[in-house]
Amino acid sequence: MRHRKTPFILGFLVVPVALYIALVIWPYLQTFGYSLTDWSGASSEMNFIGLDNYTALFKDSAFLGALRHNLLLLVVLPLATILLALFFAFMLNVGGRSGTGGVQGVRGSAFYKVVFFFPQVLSVAILSVLFQGVYRTDKGGLLNGVLIALGIVDENHPWDFASNPTFGLWCVMGVIVWSGVGFYLVLFSAAMQSIPKDIYEAALLDGAQRGTTFFKITLPLLWESIQTAWVYLAIAAMDAFALVSTMTPGAYYGGGPDHHSEIMATLLMRNFITYGKAGYACAMGVVIFFITLVLSVVSLRVTRREKIEF
Amino acid sequence: MSTNTDATTGIPAQRSGGNDEPRKPGKQQRFADGGGVLNVFSHGFLALWAVLIIVPLIWIVLGSFKNNTEIGDSAWSWPSHWGFDAFTRAWDKGIGDFFVSTVIVLAGSLTLTMLLGSMAAYVLARYEFRGNRVIYYFFVAGAMFPVYLALVPLFFMMKNLGTVIPWLGLNQYAGLILVYTAYSLPFTVFFLHSFFRSLPSAVHEAAMIDGCSHTRAFFQVMVPMAKSGLISVFIFNVLGQWNQYLLPLTLMQQQSSSDPDRSMLAQGLMNLAQQSGYASDFPGLFAGMTIAMLPVLVVYLSFQRQVQAGLTSATLK
Repeated sequence: MRHRKTPFILGFLVVPVALYIALVIWPYLQTFGYSLTDWSGASSEMNFIGLDNYTALFKDSAFLGALRHNLLLLVVLPLATILLALFFAFMLNVGGRSGTGGVQGVRGSAFYKVVFFFPQVLSVAILSVLFQGVYRTDKGGLLNGVLIALGIVDENHPWDFASNPTFGLWCVMGVIVWSGVGFYLVLFSAAMQSIPKDIYEAALLDGAQRGTTFFKITLPLLWESIQTAWVYLAIAAMDAFALVSTMTPGAYYGGGPDHHSEIMATLLMRNFITYGKAGYACAMGVVIFFITLVLSVVSLRVTRREKIEF
Repeated sequence: MSTNTDATTGIPAQRSGGNDEPRKPGKQQRFADGGGVLNVFSHGFLALWAVLIIVPLIWIVLGSFKNNTEIGDSAWSWPSHWGFDAFTRAWDKGIGDFFVSTVIVLAGSLTLTMLLGSMAAYVLARYEFRGNRVIYYFFVAGAMFPVYLALVPLFFMMKNLGTVIPWLGLNQYAGLILVYTAYSLPFTVFFLHSFFRSLPSAVHEAAMIDGCSHTRAFFQVMVPMAKSGLISVFIFNVLGQWNQYLLPLTLMQQQSSSDPDRSMLAQGLMNLAQQSGYASDFPGLFAGMTIAMLPVLVVYLSFQRQVQAGLTSATLK
């Protein structure tokens, strides 16, 4: 080209790259450094203590519990969300069979898609406050109200849902699945619609039933979208901070009762903001980073299949 | 859309109970029979899930018309008096301000994200130069990292920045705008990079031969051509930044009692819910949520097709 390229390239790149390095890369790198110190955050004073923060982390029962809870989220969330979303997407797109012999979704699938997707656009704060109302531990709570009306729960002893040591975390997971299914449903729907109709019609003519159609045609052709969904959900499972910190009991950033629904993110924030242990919190950040990294790589490798062109 | 199959085959849809109705003999009939029971089952499931989503939302809206005793007494009480005082109370307690703060920040951060992101992505996608791949992977790598990794140093960086440049520090709109932009760049660059690559180069070459400058070619030729990709990634960023909770929670705390409360909507709503003062005013809280939900609902319902298409194409890249 006759025009000079170099000033143009530089001019376009300098601001985004500078901003990105200053606010993203540099803090990331600093975290690794701080994680090796006993820095409190309040003063500029810090001593190099090597890997002490990390050895302390793996003796800290609260942290190990949080790690276990994160791993539970990591298994349950993707599995539940993807299975539900796949089921709904299949029903909406190819599940219905009206008399004309074509392959199509059940009635009202457009309506269902709009409704199911809606929680995705609600801010996480709205989700949290909404479900604090739904899970209210007296008879004014929506779920308790339903259960009392059905006669399952005694009016004078309503359930404690998110404050329950055993089920608290499961209640939060319920919210995440509730809000996430719609998105993955739409994702899988888009993928299903790109599968040519004649494949389904051929299967129909060969007498394939709905179940066979799903397992032999839909699932293999959707594999790539499922893989993407898995990675996204795994990253979401490592987060979950906003909901856990506000829905479960506990003075600073939830996680209670007595660490029973603690996750790494809530522990990190409490150590950083409340206890003033910035170095220790940084070490947790590094651990979260490595788990995320390993997860993404592993899930991309393990689930790799031959790509099917169609 | 699969639901239009009937129209294309030219046979009037017989959907009402059509699944149990044998329309043609032979194989057709067998499919339909097999689907009958399953269809009731799957319809039941779909309807149940729809109810699970709609009921809590309606329940919240109804709650903003009840009074405290009605809310506490039973989940099934019906508002005895339809008035909007709860909405005024919620507005007075700051929902309006949170809204304005959020809109200010999002307006700034989305403009910057789209502008800087598309510029960087365009140059990286269409121009050969040394270091191109390095910078590209540098951006992409950032999309993999959890924000927790940066949180602690970022907080102190903004704090220190505030002592040098007051309008960029903690609890400042401009500071948060820059942070949002920086953290949205990796995905934006990644997505738009592949999009700009897929555009044909002939139009661009023609413009250059006509004497167009590189900058002008970008803004007047390439950006209009990339419109659909830009819209997808824009919607993705709107939702992502609208949903941010951790960053404003860390960076937008009042620094002193004289510092104005510039909470984002998510953060402000959560604070209101947790303040003991608000606990005695559930109708106000419910009204606040209704106010926060309505604009999103309206925008979503008017653009739902674009939102769904945009989000899914952005994710599958």
